[in-house]
Amino acid sequence: MKYLVSIGLETHVQLKTDTKMFCGCRLSTEDEPNTNVCPVCLGLPGALPRMNAKAVRYTVMSGLMLGCEISRYAEFDRKNYFYPDMSKNYQISQNGHPLCIGGGVDIPEDGREGAPMRHIRINHIHLEEDAAKINHYARHSGVDYNRCGTPLMEIVSEPDLSSPDEAMAYLLKLRQILVYAGVSDCNLEDGNMRSDVNISIRPVGQEKLGTKVEIKNMNTFKGIHAALEYEIARQTEILNQGGVIIQETRRWDGDLGETFSMRSKENAHDYRYFPEPDMLPIELSEEQIAQWRALLPELPEQKRVRFCEQYGIPAYDAGVLSAQLPLANYFEAVIAAGAPAKSASNWIMGDFLRLLGAAGIEVTDCKLKPETLAALILLVEKRTINMPTAKALLEEVFPEGGDPEALVRERGLAQVSDTGAVETFARQAIEANPKPVAEYKAGKAASLQYLVGQVMKLSRGKANPKLAGEILARLLAE
Amino acid sequence: MSLPSDLATLTVAAAQDALRAGELSSVELTQGILDAIRAKNDALGAYLTVDAEGALRVAADADRRRKNGEDHDLLGIPIAIKDLINVTGQPCTCASKILQGYVAPYDATVIAHLREAGAVPCGRVNMDEFAMGASTEHSAYQITRNPAAPDRVPGGSSGGSACAVAGELALASLGTDTGGSIRQPASFCGCVGLKPSYGRVSRYGVTAFASSLDQVGPLTKTVEDAAILLRTIAGADPHDQTCLDRPVPDYRAAARAGSLRGVKIGVPREYFVEGTDPEVMAQVRHGIALAEKAGAEIHEISLPHTEYAIAVYYICATAEASANLARFDGIRYGYREVGPEPSIQSLYDLSRTHGFGPEVKRRILLGTYVLSSGYYDAYYNRALKARTLVRRDFLEAFRHVDAIFCPASPTPAFPLNSTVNNPLQAYLCDAFTIPANLAGICGISIPCGRTATLNLPVGLQILAPAFAEERLLSIAAACERELAS
Repeated sequence: MKYLVSIGLETHVQLKTDTKMFCGCRLSTEDEPNTNVCPVCLGLPGALPRMNAKAVRYTVMSGLMLGCEISRYAEFDRKNYFYPDMSKNYQISQNGHPLCIGGGVDIPEDGREGAPMRHIRINHIHLEEDAAKINHYARHSGVDYNRCGTPLMEIVSEPDLSSPDEAMAYLLKLRQILVYAGVSDCNLEDGNMRSDVNISIRPVGQEKLGTKVEIKNMNTFKGIHAALEYEIARQTEILNQGGVIIQETRRWDGDLGETFSMRSKENAHDYRYFPEPDMLPIELSEEQIAQWRALLPELPEQKRVRFCEQYGIPAYDAGVLSAQLPLANYFEAVIAAGAPAKSASNWIMGDFLRLLGAAGIEVTDCKLKPETLAALILLVEKRTINMPTAKALLEEVFPEGGDPEALVRERGLAQVSDTGAVETFARQAIEANPKPVAEYKAGKAASLQYLVGQVMKLSRGKANPKLAGEILARLLAE
Repeated sequence: MSLPSDLATLTVAAAQDALRAGELSSVELTQGILDAIRAKNDALGAYLTVDAEGALRVAADADRRRKNGEDHDLLGIPIAIKDLINVTGQPCTCASKILQGYVAPYDATVIAHLREAGAVPCGRVNMDEFAMGASTEHSAYQITRNPAAPDRVPGGSSGGSACAVAGELALASLGTDTGGSIRQPASFCGCVGLKPSYGRVSRYGVTAFASSLDQVGPLTKTVEDAAILLRTIAGADPHDQTCLDRPVPDYRAAARAGSLRGVKIGVPREYFVEGTDPEVMAQVRHGIALAEKAGAEIHEISLPHTEYAIAVYYICATAEASANLARFDGIRYGYREVGPEPSIQSLYDLSRTHGFGPEVKRRILLGTYVLSSGYYDAYYNRALKARTLVRRDFLEAFRHVDAIFCPASPTPAFPLNSTVNNPLQAYLCDAFTIPANLAGICGISIPCGRTATLNLPVGLQILAPAFAEERLLSIAAACERELAS
């Protein structure tokens, strides 16, 4: 039997604020355990939360970028559960009145490049505090409260995703937009972005969704994909054998590549949500929302279209250059420093991305300033140096930066565009190479390139090759 | 002026006059209080712990500050602190075994305000465990006796605060009031107890019982003293979002200028019903008559939803408490007990089972129940709606009257051990104080004579609209004068 798959994602995104959600403690993952703590995030008697306004702004900005309706009235709630990772044994979250409602993102069908787009609906986005990190040792466990209270945004999708590949495409799209908005690094290794999934399958033709199973504990996109693949196979097998799916929460074991039952519906937590009496409701005015809307960056898709129109570069190039905000910003910085857009695009798409890849670094870690690349491009544009010289120079300044103009001056790399000098080299080349000259005169056009190469050799690479070609052609035509 | 031999009998205002006049140093005054505690605390049980050394150090510092030209109504004045308000370096047990040995690492905002003024936090006074109770018998550590009748309770939960002031083991104290925990013990012991409006005083650093109801307030010998303390501890606090940014007027001046002329007083008929002790009623009616004689207009009013207040309170307060007390789990601080086979579950179970007393456990269970899936709407949600009705009763009443006069408690102080095994009856003690907490308005209990038969103190409760403390203190001070003459 054929089955339809319905997947929904609950994606937790740590916000890039300076301090925690409800206290002034610094956000840092690198410090010694339990050094960024205070009475509030340790849940000491008498401590009270105070709201991080930036976290609210970031959540609203995310909502605006994802097409959500922004709540004019939002509330925090207490979510009650006992576990050592939550110092108060309740989490301050949002249940009844979250900050953002609805919205969605468009992804290509089945995540295939170029396929028709599908709209994946978002149910809501709410703001809450992250839990502490528990470290397990041989004979005991330790709790590191440095992470406890990190602002955490939860984006809850509708079960609109129909395959693991679509789930990946959805997550990549979310990440692209959120990094674009500057609200999160969405760094998976650092746990900036984590997802729980729910999945159900039903026979083709059935309207009603099948029984939903929730899966937790995937730390990577790959893990999510693998867990979904595994779960689809498991559920398909059960239904094929005439069994029924139990509503439950399952845990993904990445090492074994299997999911295991954690708790059934009967044993599901009763979180006993109720409005957080220590916090005032958040009331957002139209003016406030408009102000934050004005802070929104251009979306990747908008940027791609603008790059095509404004810079006249091909759609493919515009797509590559706009895919990541740092690269897009780099590209525009090179243009702002005076480089023509088309050359800037060619250089970045070609040698620059190749060198980044070879070095295994991100644009943001690159020490070559956009101004430096622009200067290099301008040296070519002004014909001060030729292309091979420029490429060699780029290799040289890429790792640590440098001043290409100074290097050209110091090493005498400026190409010779003086007609007289080039003509002297050209005459020497014709004299020394009678055979290619004869071949050229007999109609073999390619022999001219050989002669140009000889001119370059005689000039030690500095002659303007285009000029050399022109002069050779003129001399040989005489 | 001539100073009494027992300095603990002074009011805050009189002690400050003596300090300002140089007749007394803060160190001498503080030593006087420490002596009074040493003499009487074994019999009354008001204090749980006394920080004599620390208090004398702060007192010496206050004397230095005065020499350097500083002045404040509380500079150098010792104050007893209810054992749930955090004072750096002092125990903060909330009268619970689960916090035995816990030492506060930070100051509550009200303590920071007191320190800035130069007041001397001199000791921790007893209470019902986590402020849950109306007799102070639910302390895990000791009972506290009523100084006016030592075989009776001092009321609660701020029973230690009231006992210390009325028993003259302190000049003044801080308590907290969630459903009457300042006003009821003040009425039982015969002192002044002020519950400020919700949002008037910061709750930061005050161990929470029910976050939407708790307020810190003073227990004092006079209305003027209460005004002095309120002025010092009130005001916005960036650490407490629910503490509002409203101006803090000169409450002491309001108390001094107190007048009843032309004041419209409402007397709610729902508070003078069967179940209210006739002798209490008689005393309160006497107080109302004196107010009328002094120029007040008396109007009978109705607060029709009064009968729902207790039920609403025991749903809202316990629901919030069930979450507020979840943090006491033996993991990070406080009492910890692990079973023979250590596990996180056994640590939670044993630490909480043996760390909390029976009344606290009863309320955690109640609160957990009313929030449970399937019961939330029937209990918690309905209680929130009924709470709005109680609040509206007062809004409506205050459209016609300036203040409401009624008993602080339906009964005078009851004998020790008479309600411990009857929680429901104990919950009814709060019937006249709870509505003010539900509505967020301010209220005060002032001594209003004694019962005819047993000579027990009676408290006259005066209620005023939210953030009308200035008016409340003015009316209360005028009544205090009339009652004294």
